[in-house]
Amino acid sequence: MAKIMMCGNEVIGEAAVHAGCTFYAGYPITPQNELTHYMSFRMQEAGGTFIQAESELAAINLVLGASAAGARAMTSSSSPGISLKQEGISYMAACQLPAVIVNMMRGGPGLGNIAPSQADYFQATRGGGHGDYRTIVLAPSTVEEAWNLTQLAFDLADEYRNPVMILGDGILGQMMEPVEVVRRHVHGKSAVNTHKPWALTGCKGRRPNVVRSLFLGEGELEELNRIMQMKYNKIKSKEPRLESLYTEDSDLVVVAYGTTSRIVRSAISKARHEHLHVGMFRPITLWPFPEAQLQKLAKKSKAFLVVEMSAGQMVDDVKLSILGQRPIHFHGRAGGGVPTEEAIVEAIRDILKPRSKKRVYA
Amino acid sequence: MKKVFERPSSLRDVPTHYCSGCGHSIAHRLICEVIDELGIREDVIAVCPVGCAVIAYEYWDFDCSEAPHGRTPCVATGIKRVHPDKIVFSYQGDGDLAAIGTAEIIHTANRGENITVFFINNGVYGMTNGQMAPTTLIGQKTSTSIHGRDITRDGYPMKISELLSQLPGTKYIERVSVDNPANVLKTKAAIKKALKNQMEGKGFSLVEILSPCPTYWGLSPKDACRRIEDEMTKYFPLGVIKDI
Repeated sequence: MAKIMMCGNEVIGEAAVHAGCTFYAGYPITPQNELTHYMSFRMQEAGGTFIQAESELAAINLVLGASAAGARAMTSSSSPGISLKQEGISYMAACQLPAVIVNMMRGGPGLGNIAPSQADYFQATRGGGHGDYRTIVLAPSTVEEAWNLTQLAFDLADEYRNPVMILGDGILGQMMEPVEVVRRHVHGKSAVNTHKPWALTGCKGRRPNVVRSLFLGEGELEELNRIMQMKYNKIKSKEPRLESLYTEDSDLVVVAYGTTSRIVRSAISKARHEHLHVGMFRPITLWPFPEAQLQKLAKKSKAFLVVEMSAGQMVDDVKLSILGQRPIHFHGRAGGGVPTEEAIVEAIRDILKPRSKKRVYA
Repeated sequence: MKKVFERPSSLRDVPTHYCSGCGHSIAHRLICEVIDELGIREDVIAVCPVGCAVIAYEYWDFDCSEAPHGRTPCVATGIKRVHPDKIVFSYQGDGDLAAIGTAEIIHTANRGENITVFFINNGVYGMTNGQMAPTTLIGQKTSTSIHGRDITRDGYPMKISELLSQLPGTKYIERVSVDNPANVLKTKAAIKKALKNQMEGKGFSLVEILSPCPTYWGLSPKDACRRIEDEMTKYFPLGVIKDI
């Protein structure tokens, strides 16, 4: 099938339609508006529902209702809007409701700016709202990968009955790249079980279903948490995804995800021309973080460099994986700044061919 | 012998957690009676609020969802849009609907969603120990207005039904009360009309039910009912506010 040019935001919308999403609610915020625009007509064409909500709070709770009713549902926003959605995400995690939530991150904190950023890593990977829960977090680095991961997101959400977040940034959302528009069963299953016996459909022929997160009885909530943690442990063992580049012979491994990994890829190619033994480890799932896979590299590699569009957030997960076995360096820019290829190459040189200059250790 | 009174089959045979003289139990029962009479128990999906009625699903024998505080109409809308053939209602208190969920109820009503809303107005936050609500009457003592609601400090009791009636998206809005047998029958009729409107695809209907809260009004159940007639209905007059 021929490839077509689409921006990341639109491609996520089209991929959602291909994945059987029939419900989308959103609220305007830059830099994810193209997705809301796209869904406003595409949902209608596909026989689904589009609602422009009065707030991000409303949008996530419309999705909660649609998901409780059994539909594949999605909402999207950018950083400040995602903060508002956290209440609903916590409820959905507790009610064990699937949904796909897209965050095209922008500079923060506060209203911040509309430049690309990766400063919502902590919020995305640590749960984000109140209580002991996690969301699966997928971080595409290209428009084509956004196409695949969006479809995977719906499958994972249904399989684990848990919200899944697609974490991108303003560059990924707005950049156009060629993509092949075809349904891919990226999860290795020809048909994900979409039978949802827990869904609210009217109690004909069965006992009433209840979607709830309130458990007041002694030990009841602890039991729910136990079940959720069992599920999260299963996700941690089964679902980590990553890409590695030249890691088999690298003295230095650069860890980066999403848009930043693209700049790192170019920087590595340049550094390799200088005969610097450097590779890249790119987590595709930020939660579960591919901890074991990164840990293995600590045996072969001498050092790690984490590059992020933030003041350093994923660097914590890298530290938790490496457990002090190797030095971990950090290079990043916060508040909407994008690390340049040259600055990353410079950081690589500094680590592998140190001059007298002081290094910044994370 | 002829049976003249029985528990509706939609209402589970369990004791409720409600205080003596609370209006919630009456409202729950009336909704179940109507659901039985309309024969729609297997088609109903209810959304329960945060507040005293948070565990209404323990008493209602049909599909139910919880909702975050005030987002009740959003959850109901999400369900209804996925299942337009089901009968979806939200059940909300005055804190849920007229304070934290004001934006949600206004926009749900304004979109003319084909759902039904049962709005229990007892003028206090019962679940959290009787704080002042948007609908607390002027001068009424609560745990956050110990000298009585003062309009210079607290503003006015909010007539949310009248406010919603201004929106072209609303079809039917009526204020009723459960303070005496005649009003209970009128409440049941309003509940039936509101649900039938949805079944006929007529659009957004809301029934506001003035309901006694003897515990946080500091009154006996009987005096609480009397207060509805003597004080509440003076500010919140009963009757059809909109029916088009």
